[in-house]
Amino acid sequence: MSKPRVKVPKKAAAGDVITLKTLISHTMESGQRKDKDGAVIPRKIINKFVCEFNGNIVFSCDLDPAIAANPYFEFKAKVNESGTFKFMWTDDDGSVIESEKAIEVA
Amino acid sequence: MNKALITSTMLLTGASLLASLGLQATPVDDALVIDGELEITTQVKAPEGHALKELYSGWRYRTDETRAIEADSFENPGMLGVEQGEEIWNTVEGSEGKSCASCHDDAAVSMKGVGAQYPKWDADGNKPINIELQINKCRVENMGAEAYKFDKGGQKPLTAYIKHQSIGMPVTVDLSQGDMQKWWEAGKETYYLRTGQLNMSCASCHEKNQGKYIRADHLSQGQVNGFPTYRLKQNKLISLHNRFRGCIRDTRAEFPAAFSDTLMGLEVYTTWRGTGLSVETPAVRQ
Amino acid sequence: MNSDRRKILGAAVATAVAGLFGNMGVAQASVEDTEAAIKAFAGDAEIGSGSLTLKAPEIAENGNSVPISVLVDSPMTDDAYVESVVILAEGNPNPAVATFHFSPASGEALASTRMRLAKTQNVIAVAKMSDGSIYSDKRNVKVTIGGCGG
Repeated sequence: MSKPRVKVPKKAAAGDVITLKTLISHTMESGQRKDKDGAVIPRKIINKFVCEFNGNIVFSCDLDPAIAANPYFEFKAKVNESGTFKFMWTDDDGSVIESEKAIEVA
Repeated sequence: MNKALITSTMLLTGASLLASLGLQATPVDDALVIDGELEITTQVKAPEGHALKELYSGWRYRTDETRAIEADSFENPGMLGVEQGEEIWNTVEGSEGKSCASCHDDAAVSMKGVGAQYPKWDADGNKPINIELQINKCRVENMGAEAYKFDKGGQKPLTAYIKHQSIGMPVTVDLSQGDMQKWWEAGKETYYLRTGQLNMSCASCHEKNQGKYIRADHLSQGQVNGFPTYRLKQNKLISLHNRFRGCIRDTRAEFPAAFSDTLMGLEVYTTWRGTGLSVETPAVRQ
Repeated sequence: MNSDRRKILGAAVATAVAGLFGNMGVAQASVEDTEAAIKAFAGDAEIGSGSLTLKAPEIAENGNSVPISVLVDSPMTDDAYVESVVILAEGNPNPAVATFHFSPASGEALASTRMRLAKTQNVIAVAKMSDGSIYSDKRNVKVTIGGCGG
């Protein structure tokens, strides 16, 4: 399993609306497939994605099994001050994968 | 019943159906520039003795959306595999206490151009060797580690990482070394050999009908310059020999083992058929 | 040799016709399930058009990864912003795909992701604004079948 990929501009001007991109390695097992013996492969997906900036939620997403493997998101954020973006992916098994990226706002 | 009439009517219906869906039947005229910086050669004059005049990367046969994913190295999910490969490169394994980096240092320097020149002649083994088998040779002889089984362990991500160091560089095959020319000949024979219940050769689709549609699939020239390739169908990196086997299986034929002499010959020959195209690893395909 | 090839391609194209328009045997969410999901999200509010744009390819090369994006026209201030956008797929085993939640800190109500489509079908996006108003947009996406059974 590789680390999640996040793309945040290093710098921005106060009041800028910036583009954020994230990509994480995950099979997103839908729970609708069967194995060779005909048994249903249990569902195991990332069901929640959250992006915070300095502790406040900017954007989040509830994911269903129809999201493709290796979930990709692109979204926007308005930045008024320097700080840190925190990205969190919650797996069906309860585990949370986190990643952080700082931005300098002038 | 007149079979010929029925099939040609079906073809006609199929063709007009596809036309009505707005599908193009030729490679698109577009330039691949990754991240707006790295120019990729997706069209080049074929080398002498090639059945086709112009060579096109498979990228030119894909839809706008699929092409856009490869044009952005962040959006390309194949890069997840490349990053995994980088971790493996730096991980110590085996009885000698070495990682790839112990001997080869920074792959960005030591591996630059390497992936563009494989497969090449391996005098020790007296046959051609590809990146996957070179990794295995290194693991066994220098690291004291076990060889990766086909498509297992770190084989795909590490191969992708090594080939990615040559992205944008032209594919070349040196046929002057050892018996490479003989293996090229054998590979050519495999390429044109009709096989399976469908009685198809590689050339049936990727030479004679490239640019046309098989069902709703736009047939490319079957170029191998982007492997391991991220396929949207499986949503993961797919190795060249896996794709060889998949293609042969689809003709309803028994398929040879990965890295068998038959498929090594085919790798030599198909790599040569893409001479001059850029390495695209990890390419993004349907 | 030529006639062999014609037969093969003819048969292949015939299968393509069946594949494109036939029932693929996947458990299907009824259009009613989708309507129920919209009702659950929107309540009794009237559903308007405009303001929300759903972008999706006319033809998806592979149903396992179809890029989509939504963009909602909104000032994204504390007084007026987009709360959420739900994505639904009429012809999937389950219509739910994803729900995006925005905030004034989003700056712009734009989101892109990649989704699975079991077959050719309508993809529907429904947006809920902070004042409770609802907007919807729909795209038909044709899902193609790979060559020779692949």
